Amino acid sequence: MKRLDLKLLRDLWTLKSQVLAIALVMASGVAMLIMSLSMVSSLQGTQQGYYDDYRFAQVFTRLKRAPDALAARLATIPGVAQVQTRVVVDVTLDLPGMPMPAVGRLLSLDADPRAGLNRPHLRRGRFPERYARHEALVSEAFAAAHGLGPGDQVRAIINGRLQTLHLVGVAISPEYVYQLRPGEFIPDDRRFGVFWLDRLQLASAYGLQGAFNDIALTLTREAVERDVLDALDRLTAPFGGQGAHGRSEQMSHRLLTDEFSQLRAMATIPPAIFLAVTAFLLNVVISRLVRTQREQIAVLKAFGYTTADVGLHYLKLVSVLTVIGLVLGIAAGTWLGRDMAAMYARYFRFPRLEFQLDPAVVAWSALICTGAALAGAVAAVRRAMRLPPAEGMRPEEPAHYRPLLIERLGWQRFVGRILRMILRQLERKPVSAALSVLGIALAIAIVVLGSFVRDIVDFMVDLQFYGVQRYDTSVTLVEPAASGAMAEFRQLPGVLAAEPFRTVPVRIRFGHLSRRLGLLGVPADAGLLRLLDVDWRETPLSPAGLVVSRALADLLRARPGDVVSVEVMEGQRPTLELPIVRLVEDVAGTSAYLELAVLNRLLGESGVVSGAFLRVDPAAEPGLYAALKAAPRVAVVGTKTAALAAFRELMAENLLRMRLINVIFAGIIAFGVVYNAARISLAERSRELATLRVIGFGRDEISLIFLGEIAIVTLLAIPLGLLLGYAFAALAVVALATESYRFPLVVNLSTYAFAVATVVGAALLSGLVVRRRLDRLDLLAVLKAAA
Amino acid sequence: MPLPPPTQPEPRPVAANSGGRRVFTARGLTKVYRMGSFEVHALRGVDLDLYEGEFVVLLGPSGSGKSTLLNILGGLDVPTGGTVVYRDHTLTAATDAELTRYRREHVGFVFQFYNLMPSLTARENVELVTDIAVNPMPAAEALRLVGLTERVDHFPSQLSGGEQQRVAIARAIAKRPDVLLCDEPTGALDVKTGVLVLEAIDRVNRELGTTTVVITHNAVIAGMADRVIALSDGRIASEHRNARQIPAGELQW
Repeated sequence: MKRLDLKLLRDLWTLKSQVLAIALVMASGVAMLIMSLSMVSSLQGTQQGYYDDYRFAQVFTRLKRAPDALAARLATIPGVAQVQTRVVVDVTLDLPGMPMPAVGRLLSLDADPRAGLNRPHLRRGRFPERYARHEALVSEAFAAAHGLGPGDQVRAIINGRLQTLHLVGVAISPEYVYQLRPGEFIPDDRRFGVFWLDRLQLASAYGLQGAFNDIALTLTREAVERDVLDALDRLTAPFGGQGAHGRSEQMSHRLLTDEFSQLRAMATIPPAIFLAVTAFLLNVVISRLVRTQREQIAVLKAFGYTTADVGLHYLKLVSVLTVIGLVLGIAAGTWLGRDMAAMYARYFRFPRLEFQLDPAVVAWSALICTGAALAGAVAAVRRAMRLPPAEGMRPEEPAHYRPLLIERLGWQRFVGRILRMILRQLERKPVSAALSVLGIALAIAIVVLGSFVRDIVDFMVDLQFYGVQRYDTSVTLVEPAASGAMAEFRQLPGVLAAEPFRTVPVRIRFGHLSRRLGLLGVPADAGLLRLLDVDWRETPLSPAGLVVSRALADLLRARPGDVVSVEVMEGQRPTLELPIVRLVEDVAGTSAYLELAVLNRLLGESGVVSGAFLRVDPAAEPGLYAALKAAPRVAVVGTKTAALAAFRELMAENLLRMRLINVIFAGIIAFGVVYNAARISLAERSRELATLRVIGFGRDEISLIFLGEIAIVTLLAIPLGLLLGYAFAALAVVALATESYRFPLVVNLSTYAFAVATVVGAALLSGLVVRRRLDRLDLLAVLKAAA
Repeated sequence: MPLPPPTQPEPRPVAANSGGRRVFTARGLTKVYRMGSFEVHALRGVDLDLYEGEFVVLLGPSGSGKSTLLNILGGLDVPTGGTVVYRDHTLTAATDAELTRYRREHVGFVFQFYNLMPSLTARENVELVTDIAVNPMPAAEALRLVGLTERVDHFPSQLSGGEQQRVAIARAIAKRPDVLLCDEPTGALDVKTGVLVLEAIDRVNRELGTTTVVITHNAVIAGMADRVIALSDGRIASEHRNARQIPAGELQW
């Protein structure tokens, strides 16, 4: 080893705590980068493999009933590679020990379940026997939620009759990686399950022999999806086609896509902050090192080391730190990623989900870190390179101070002497003080960023479950019914109030953009479902036209006043031209509302309802559920308490872990910034502090001077940190918004308090660590040295 | 060990003598530093008495142990063996907090490299001490005593070396210390400014009656002392009393 490298190692050893502190900040950024991006690539790789192996379809449509003969015609649509027709029905399940009705989706299985599209992947057991009555596969998520397996039974109301399904196997499907109940946006594995049954058995139960009501297609490479969708709509319209859509509107696929985009968003803001702080800390520490080693640099040059040798020497130090940060970051990122994959495996049902460290992500991280480290160190290294040997031999000029701004303004009487020392020290190096303030402020901002999601969730829960959905239970009928049904609803046990709703499948078009959704009609004076405008205030429906969610308006690039086409995919299939009257905020994404009476009139019907929203006496709930389970005309029952419980469960875990990770990382930043600032201040001012000790100041008094500087920097950082935190939260709300989810910007006071407490705690800790060094200050050695 | 409040020193006759009250009594002082694997004997058994109002010069080459002795007297260091009694308090038995209090109330230090707070002006540097002293003189008075009446609102970086050292002396005496300990006060200065600094120390000694110990390796300075103690290799090599004290202004080196 060259002697100069030996010096490097010893310098590193001397600086070990500072180097480690910086490496940890860098590692935090790397860990987040590795975790998020490798997770995205792992998920995408897994998803792609799964889709390919199990032939996930690309185009989907539901219809009322079409003869098998139609399938052959569908296959002739240009661009269609493979056609799969199915029978799909939603039924009410009756599960022992669960009063609430659950929804079962029954899918038909062809003769060879390992052929065709959207093939289930068998986890346990076997496929149903051909022609076996009531043998079924059950989806893994539902099975896990209820502890079901092969040999168990589930009772379902199939076409109005209570039947028993015999479970013979447990399966997953590329169609239901993320399993959502129809009409809900939170997974609830207890209340929604998918079942696969022999096609003939299922078809005959619903009078669909020789027919089907669901189509899935794959496309050829050259196919234009739009054209296929249009052709499919034309061919299925006579059979009650509800509008074809691609993967982008397939629920499970769309939620996966959303998750990827949120993970990618997570991979941008926080790592950028961490690496910026790393660069700043490196700048401070290497500058300080070069300053203290002026004479050494001069001697090296005097003895013939080249400028490049000197530059390289300090760059090596930076690269050692970068390598430490990278290695720690990759290790931590992989560990966190594995943990995250385990969590995802519980929500996303893949045959196998493993966190794979993506070499490309590692390479990128290395590149970005090196860039950040170089950016931080380059100025100091250049100063070392440019130092003329003769100048380096002379001691550096003494520090210059000047009166404070407030003194120049004549306000010195308000400032005590000790405070004056601290303030002048800060004013003398405004850039470095400002950067320290910024560093700590960023730490506060990161905690806010990592915690405010909970505030949003609380806000949204309040809004959605108490502000918008004033009902306790929603009941959807198998077929729309005359308004007489309302009287029956009101007579159900425990029902305190009932309001009708009508929902029709529509495709809303504006210009060349379109969206399929269920248009919801509610009474003008609806009390159980209230709409909120973009400022989250209640807003009424309008007889003049549509009220749509902002997400839908954005998607269609439409504004209030624009007239959109509403193609009804039911009954007479009219196309309505309706103006958008108002926008509403809807956490669940794209939605459109119309006054019930207006909708009925436009559809040429009178008093027809699809279901009802009910307000229920909680004590009577079990009786109501029992009655609903037994009602043959009831298709789906939604309950607020169950949805709320599912939502809280899902969020609690995810948010807690996110918050924990952010708190740890923010603590590292705060500790790193304060620790480095304190160590450098200690090194630069040890002479002053020792002098103070000698002339009779006690340990506590000089600690006050020394820690006072940290305290002021931290205090200054708090308001800035809170502002930055709010700004980051605003950015995150934009970055995390997907088509399905849209978040309001809400940051609670308690979140700010938590962020401040976390960071002040970390600052205090590092202050105390450095204070212990101060106590060990060697007074004599410090004073003997020349200035 | 609660130390008594500082006593107001009485003016003394210009001609120094050992008839004043004893301030320090040091007996059998030894100091051994451990430098890696070997030991350095800085003091090898020093007995010393210092009297009220005395001006003593400790003379000796570097490594003779004079700084170690001064540091022990000033409560900055503790001996390996022996005792030091300041008036009726045994410094060698004091705790760290007691030593801090002792320095705060009784001792004024002047260093070779001034050790001023760069972030405080000349006046503020002095006030730093008057803030914590029990019975200080006004900062302006201390600065006047060392001959600094202008430039008192300048920062150290705006002052010459001699000016900085005089601020340091003002800082040391502002608390009206019982002893003034100066470690090579002119070591970093040229002759002309060195003389100005020595004049300031001399004046403090005469006007305030502060027991003053100056250590130097510059034998010329010994001329202005009441008593000259020469150290060599950790022992007192010689000791003599000047019959006539040469005023600082007449010193030449």
